Amino acid sequence: MTSISEDIDLNNDASLVIDIPDALCERDKVKFTVHTKTTLSSFQKPEYSVQRQHEDFIWLHDTIVETEEYAGLIIPPAPPKPDFEGPREKMHKLGEGESSMTKEEYAKMKQELEKTVQVHEVFLQRLSSHPMFRKDRNFQIFLEYDQDLTVRRKNAKEMFGGFFKNMVKSADEVLISGVKEVDEFFEQEKNFLLDYSSKIKDATAKAEKMTRSHKNVADDYNHISGALNNTAADNNTAFKKHLEKCAEVFEKLRKVEDRMASDQELKLTELLRYYTRDIQAAKDLLYRRARALADYENSNKALDKARLKGKDVAQAEENQKQCLQKFDKLSESGKKELTSFKARRVVAFRKNLIEMTELEIKHAKNSVSLLQGSIEILKSN
Amino acid sequence: SNDAENTAAHHRNTLQFNTYSHRKQLFSVCVTLSEATEEVSLDSPERQPILSDGPSPVITPVTPVMISSRADVFDRSPDQDEDEEENRDTFDIQISVSDPEKVGDGMNAYMVYKVLTKTSLSIFSRDEVCVKRRFSDFLGLHSKLASKYMHMGYIVPPAPEKSIVGMTKVKVGKEDLSSVEFVEKRRSALERYLLRTVKHPALLKDPDVLQFLESSELPRAVSTQALSGAGILRMVNKAADAVNKMTIKMNESDAWFEEKQQQFENLDVQLRKLHASVESLVCHRKELSVNTASFAKSAAMLGNSEDHTALSRALSQLAEVEEKIDQLHQDQACADFYLISELLGDYVRLITAVKGVFDQRMKTWAKCQDAQVMLQRKREAEAKLQHANKPDKLQQAKDEIREWEGKVQQGERDFEQISKNIRREVGRFEKDRVKDFRVVIIKYLESLVHTQQQMIKYWEAFLPEAKAIA
Repeated sequence: MTSISEDIDLNNDASLVIDIPDALCERDKVKFTVHTKTTLSSFQKPEYSVQRQHEDFIWLHDTIVETEEYAGLIIPPAPPKPDFEGPREKMHKLGEGESSMTKEEYAKMKQELEKTVQVHEVFLQRLSSHPMFRKDRNFQIFLEYDQDLTVRRKNAKEMFGGFFKNMVKSADEVLISGVKEVDEFFEQEKNFLLDYSSKIKDATAKAEKMTRSHKNVADDYNHISGALNNTAADNNTAFKKHLEKCAEVFEKLRKVEDRMASDQELKLTELLRYYTRDIQAAKDLLYRRARALADYENSNKALDKARLKGKDVAQAEENQKQCLQKFDKLSESGKKELTSFKARRVVAFRKNLIEMTELEIKHAKNSVSLLQGSIEILKSN
Repeated sequence: SNDAENTAAHHRNTLQFNTYSHRKQLFSVCVTLSEATEEVSLDSPERQPILSDGPSPVITPVTPVMISSRADVFDRSPDQDEDEEENRDTFDIQISVSDPEKVGDGMNAYMVYKVLTKTSLSIFSRDEVCVKRRFSDFLGLHSKLASKYMHMGYIVPPAPEKSIVGMTKVKVGKEDLSSVEFVEKRRSALERYLLRTVKHPALLKDPDVLQFLESSELPRAVSTQALSGAGILRMVNKAADAVNKMTIKMNESDAWFEEKQQQFENLDVQLRKLHASVESLVCHRKELSVNTASFAKSAAMLGNSEDHTALSRALSQLAEVEEKIDQLHQDQACADFYLISELLGDYVRLITAVKGVFDQRMKTWAKCQDAQVMLQRKREAEAKLQHANKPDKLQQAKDEIREWEGKVQQGERDFEQISKNIRREVGRFEKDRVKDFRVVIIKYLESLVHTQQQMIKYWEAFLPEAKAIA
């Protein structure tokens, strides 16, 4: 567990490789291109490229959540809906030929796209790298089916009616913490997850605020640049050039600052956001196990009752056996899942922290050379 | 996590005191302003006859015929003007305003500042003088200078603004961050004000200025409510409005003035916009600092909660890096503010003073016009009296004509003089403005370089920690 083993690295297994090479932002939806390369015999072709919408991902996630067989696994968290409110309005207006997008709005849209592609991609890669999820029938349909999945989605909704989903979603922390835990491992995990979940939620919120402030500073550099250009317009030639050069410096600073803020968001804020959701998925697993334990304890009581009354004993015995089996299965698989979860978390944090740090250094070095170059020019004027 | 909280709080409280000394070095542009290079020469015919005391060797002795002697003084060859501008000797005077000290208690309390002047100029009695001054003393100085020089077309640097809210906090004794910042902001503004004032060759020699800098006791300035820097400018602007409402349109024979006035109108608008953008930057950078500190605390708590040892360590170190970066943001926000934002604010107020001076010229012209109208009337009156038989009244009429002829001549001379003064003042202003901005922009960009270099250092130190997660 202490070394980073290769099978944790998503997409390392060449037998099923998935990526999202591009995404299209249309008027009111985003269309992801899901690209699959596989050597598995269960697939009909070695390579696929299909168009999927966000709702298709949600459908896939929900069917997996509602599958009883996966109760002992950590279900990869569903990707959040792409947040395009601002740019979306603009796209709408563009369609009606009304206005044009400024380059700042365009850049913001690109950044949002980057984020949402990353999180949808990771969702699929989590599934493909898991020995059980990768064999899921619906997952295969998602990757293979070359038509629109809309019809299938509607049918699925009617079938399940979201019943199981609601059950899982209302994971009750009280129930989890109330379980009399005999198993040392699960006791530790429970305490850890409850504490960590609130801490990581807080860290996510604070990181979001920090990133927001960075973007505001970049915006201010933009306004300063514009104001300097306006002032340059009216001045005598020598000073005018000077002011224009200054305006240029601020424009370049804005670009670097903006990029810095985006990279920090992608590597740090998104990382924290993702693991907040993943921690919730782990808690959901604990919840399901706690319910199974409660069911088992109830079945024991029912068996005792039946034996006292002398009625339906066989049935009660059978019920108790099944409950115990289910609980044991969840415990065994749960232990494996939580262990690999920790390893996965550590790898992800390491990778992202390293990448973020390297990018911070790169951008800061860019800033320094840009500033020093400008200082030289301004001094020589 | 308590430690993290305590250190962060400690950082907040010590912020002002740590960065204060750092700032004094960083912002020495305000202290020396040694780039100003007008020659301060006692032989300059600029020395105005309105000096309050004493005979001065430069001015020709006053003769009974006042008009002609004054004409001599103001009769300068064009060459002399240029010589004055071209002379680039070192301007050797340093002024610092420091050590704010609260005197008294409650609502009667006030701050006293130490004003230290170091100079080798001979008009000063010593080469190092230290006096104590309060804010109203500065306002009093400015009001005296404004009343003496503005009507002649001199651009008198405006005094810093009063602030009831800011001062009340200080009086009430709040030792919090905002009142500390307020006092520092004011101290810096007072320093810049004095430096600008002595940079002006005529103001430097003014006895009120000398008295302000040197004399240990200063008579308390009265009615400073009415005479704050803004108050003076408001009075000037009111006069300007009155002038603008005049129906007689001034025949602007000199296109230079029309052009310049328009330029200053435009510059006013542009500088205000630029100033607003920079103020927004200061605000957001402060927010960034607060949010970074808050994230640092949160990351530390996350690190404590993390049960994987190496990752836990890395997260704690990330928290430390972010705390250091918070300090960088705070320092940068100071640079944003003191280097650029305050300078722009000063220039916005200076432009108002410049516009005021143009309006003074209009007022002078109006006075001249009025005198001509009166002269005409007196001549008409005299012509009428020629045919009446009233020798006494006729003589009086002739005397009045002479009087008003004199006034017309004086008015024309005043107008010529103020026009000449304004041309020179505007030329000096524009040179100073360009120089100030050039110097400040470079200092500011250098501050940004410093910040980024520190960032590189901190992140490069963190990188092996991140890689060590195993």
